[in-house]
Amino acid sequence: MSTRIANQGRLIDRSKPVRFTFNGKSLQGYAGDTLASALLANDQMLVGRSFKYHRPRGIVASGAEEPNALVGLGQGETFEPNQRATTTELFDGLTAQSQNHWPSLEFDIGAVNSAFARFLPGGFYYKTFIHPRAFWKHVYEPFIRQSAGLGKAPKDRDADTYEHFYVFADLVVIGGGVAGLQAAKAAGETGARVLLIEQTAHWGGRAPVDGGEIDGMAPEDWIAQTLDALRAMPNVTLRARCMGSGVYDHGYVLGYERLTDHAPETAGPRHRLWRIRAGQVITATGAIERPLSFAGNDVPGVMLASAMRDYAVNYGVAPGRRVIVVTNNDDAYRTAIALKRAGIDVLRVLDARTSGGGALMEEAKAQGIRIDCGRAIAKVTGGKRVAKVAICAQEGQGAALEEVACDAVAMSGGWSPVVHLWSHCGGKLIWDDAWAMFRPDPARAPTGADGRPFVTAAGAANGELTLGATLADADAAGKAAAKSAGFKPRRIRTPQGSVTDEAPLVPVWLMPRAAKVELRAKAWLDYQNDVKVSDVQLAAREGYESVEHTKRYTTLGMATDQGKLSNINGLATLSEALGEAIPQVGTTTFRPPYTPISFGAIAGEARGAVFQPLRRTPIHDWHEAHGATWEPVGQWRRPYTYPQNGETPHDAVMREVRNTRQAVGMLDASTLGKILVRGPDAGRFLDLLYTNMMSTLKPGKCRYGLMCSENGFLMDDGVVARIDEETFLCHTTTGGAEHIHAHMEEWLQTEWWDWQVYTANVTEQYAQIAVVGPKARAVLEKLGGMDVSKETLPFMAWADGTLGGIGVRLYRISFSGELSYEIAVRAGQGRALWDRLTQAGAEFGMMPYGTEALHIMRAEKGFIMIGDETDGTVIPQDLGLGWAISKKKEDYLGKRAQQRSHMTDPTRWKLVGLETLDGGVLPDGAYAVAEGTNANGQRNVQGRVTSTYQSPTLGRGIAMGLVLHGPDRMGEVLEFPGTDGKISKARIVDPVFYDKDGEKQNV
Amino acid sequence: MSEPISALPGARHDGLARIEEAGLQGMITLRGDLATKPVKAAVAAATGGKTPGLRGVAAGKTGTALWMSPDELLLLCPYDEVAQRLEKVTAALGDAHALAVDVSDARAMFSVSGPAAREVLAKLCPVDLSPQAFAPGVVRRSRMAQVPAAIWMPDAQGFRVICFRSVARYAFDLLGAAAQPGSAVGVY
Repeated sequence: MSTRIANQGRLIDRSKPVRFTFNGKSLQGYAGDTLASALLANDQMLVGRSFKYHRPRGIVASGAEEPNALVGLGQGETFEPNQRATTTELFDGLTAQSQNHWPSLEFDIGAVNSAFARFLPGGFYYKTFIHPRAFWKHVYEPFIRQSAGLGKAPKDRDADTYEHFYVFADLVVIGGGVAGLQAAKAAGETGARVLLIEQTAHWGGRAPVDGGEIDGMAPEDWIAQTLDALRAMPNVTLRARCMGSGVYDHGYVLGYERLTDHAPETAGPRHRLWRIRAGQVITATGAIERPLSFAGNDVPGVMLASAMRDYAVNYGVAPGRRVIVVTNNDDAYRTAIALKRAGIDVLRVLDARTSGGGALMEEAKAQGIRIDCGRAIAKVTGGKRVAKVAICAQEGQGAALEEVACDAVAMSGGWSPVVHLWSHCGGKLIWDDAWAMFRPDPARAPTGADGRPFVTAAGAANGELTLGATLADADAAGKAAAKSAGFKPRRIRTPQGSVTDEAPLVPVWLMPRAAKVELRAKAWLDYQNDVKVSDVQLAAREGYESVEHTKRYTTLGMATDQGKLSNINGLATLSEALGEAIPQVGTTTFRPPYTPISFGAIAGEARGAVFQPLRRTPIHDWHEAHGATWEPVGQWRRPYTYPQNGETPHDAVMREVRNTRQAVGMLDASTLGKILVRGPDAGRFLDLLYTNMMSTLKPGKCRYGLMCSENGFLMDDGVVARIDEETFLCHTTTGGAEHIHAHMEEWLQTEWWDWQVYTANVTEQYAQIAVVGPKARAVLEKLGGMDVSKETLPFMAWADGTLGGIGVRLYRISFSGELSYEIAVRAGQGRALWDRLTQAGAEFGMMPYGTEALHIMRAEKGFIMIGDETDGTVIPQDLGLGWAISKKKEDYLGKRAQQRSHMTDPTRWKLVGLETLDGGVLPDGAYAVAEGTNANGQRNVQGRVTSTYQSPTLGRGIAMGLVLHGPDRMGEVLEFPGTDGKISKARIVDPVFYDKDGEKQNV
Repeated sequence: MSEPISALPGARHDGLARIEEAGLQGMITLRGDLATKPVKAAVAAATGGKTPGLRGVAAGKTGTALWMSPDELLLLCPYDEVAQRLEKVTAALGDAHALAVDVSDARAMFSVSGPAAREVLAKLCPVDLSPQAFAPGVVRRSRMAQVPAAIWMPDAQGFRVICFRSVARYAFDLLGAAAQPGSAVGVY
């Protein structure tokens, strides 16, 4: 029976009861409780079922290392699975559900898996479910999916908000125990900017529970005094409830702050991700106690000794009334003493060491606690709760000497420093024989860009497990790290922690040492993933020598707790099975985050309206008000079409094309990239960038150009206008502006750095409006202000002037084949010009058109579109664009590549037009099939569709495609099977479907 | 004649900080060798002040120059005077190889003010915004969440943020989200 005890509980406030529910049952705890302590206070020892065998599981730990007590927290839009009860602060109205049980926690059908345990050995995924093949999909996988997995994924949209915070510090101290406090103080006194973060709500770590004295004070008093000193330093920032999640290159540290998990009604974000740049990092992350591997060590009521002490001292909770303590070291005696002091019956301390412990054992003995040395637990029995312990000799096979009835077991297998954050960025470990643990190797610390160490481990995290040694180590670490960060340490006295005379630990990796197989098969290493001593031994027998392989084969340490309790015991078991020393076997890799962090924290503010930037043109609001449907182009939204009076989008597109060809249309072309290129070498720079000649372009004129990558592939196209002798304006595709500008800068900065050329991306300085169609000139003449006649402004010319009183630059360029003007205007007047044009154009029947009409009109003219006809593997020669490749130029980017044998291969597919025999529309992306099959048994192909549309101008489907020997096969009919099973037939034709001689644009 | 308008005229949000669209601002991008006399003369012609050093802001009598990169400055002046200033800049540059171009309409500008302004920006920009590191006279060309942004302090009371015009709404919404009630960090 676990209950609340009187006169204990330094962290709880008994005057403030708190109501919460667990599996629908209403329970009560106190302010300051964790969910775990409150559950224990209500005698709720059973908190979940294990992953594989659905065995009943109870709370094992009191902190971040807890493997069993994972619950679903909250409901609906605040539901979150896999939350550790031990790190969940209790609040009024908290609702928690246990996980991985069906139909109920108390009665679970999956527990029959346990009876079939011998069919689910280590590596069972790879063994059991291989044959027969078809069973995997229909039998095994559905079964495993049903029984595997812990929490359920949330179904509703998360109601909370999250954010990031960028902060810079000379020094970050991770962990606010006495070591972290002292390290921060020592560093803070040098004047360095120090950030101290602590994952729990409390400062001081284990010291108040573990006792001893610091500078003659109780640890709690020293902690309060040190906190006061730190808070008085303006250069020190302290943050509780903020976990050091990961340490990365260049002193980048992630802190995970839980702002409102403990108080969900509070306004503001739930979590904040601190993105920290630190000069130096101190990891004062403490140590974690190891379980002992004996049969039945997973029965609810078996707990880490330190955790049981925490529950008694911090929360006034007795996890049992009759407790047996089992240990291989002195620290567990602190638990025995603390429990005894709290009025709990400590039946026995079983010390695996034949000679027992030191001063703490004597103290326990003095308090009347019975101590049996050289003894071990053979087996714990009990179903949902510890009932009985069979005691045996440690040096034996587990023959029971005695059976003792009890309701809880406190175990201690020694301590492991929390080396995770030290290791994240490459810090190495050494094996400490005396304490049987891995500890940071100060000679092989994580190093920064300058090759110097930037992480220092301090205190218990550095393997200094006694109070005195911890404080001295932390003080030295604080001073040394501050010095490394460029500050001068002050000579300030190191606080003195009391020293207890402790007897050495004796490593115990299996209890009893020669346990029989039936005991080993019930001795758990990894509680969360159900991995036992026998599984790791089996893996070793099957040839798994590497710890990384064994981990994946057995799933040891792969659960959400990442093996905080199991990894060291598991690798020690493996090393014994292999007959190798532990350091030779090594550890698995420690990776961030230290404990799971929320997706919300990672996403930060990027959700809802600000999930992604949405780029709007100056005319965007007009489009929206006029019912545009949108096409995303990069981060821009462009109007796809403007349906009127209940039209379908398709009908609207057809109307827009017809209206533009017959009367006049207008298009918001503001998104086109515009890059200014200026300098004495601008002409020769563009000659190298474009495939055609740009240096010969006359000021006042425009030229269409193609840009290729170094590998010859077509990457962008657009019209270049020469502004003056030294200045060009290069238009790019909508999606290309940024990367083409970057491409230009890269060549200028890395290869042609001595050329006199500057570039500027002026895309957004202008709104650009295309006025297109036979009546385009009439519309502009109506606005008035400049001569737009053929004589003054011929095709492919530009001029500055005014239209309707607004200053513009007018380009006579056409992407539709019609008489067309593109009007550039400063963005701040873009909307005004658009409004004026719509008024002036009304009498000519002018209508706006969207990107789909634009695409159809260009396809009718056989103009290519980057991204449709090109896909990163297409060269201009494939597209019949040889006319745009200068023969005179010595070089241009891509020229050499285009001479490679594969690029000049006559069997490269080439651009043609495609006309369906029945007038229908070819499916987009469809392949033209050829005779026979390839080596993979797939049908041979000889071409594919790159663009396909219904052309309202021609009244039929038209398409462009790349076809084997296409231009030489005019008139041939190809077959295009669709995904619907139907075969479309199309004839190869010239890609220019409309106005082949270009008479309409040149009027 | 229609008057030009800024990206989000009059937009304003009051949260932990006050966020306001700052209206029309004349801006000239000047690229050139910043160490040369013609460029310094061009800066003086446009702003009545000096050429700023690395990540610096130089306020002149008639305008302000912001350091953008080793060969680029952003010159600020009244919106209506850009054409006239550009003429002066071009004249001062003479034959020197340089590029000066009006980018006033390509940008949106916001003011972020109030005691929590530093923290609001520190949630979005990977920049050391502590008072020790960021004060009037300093400019950062960085990013704000997912878009490029330049930030500086015209005075001790607040910040100016410049981003591209097309993402003005995104930037405004971002700053508003970062200034949500209850989200003060309490560091600066």
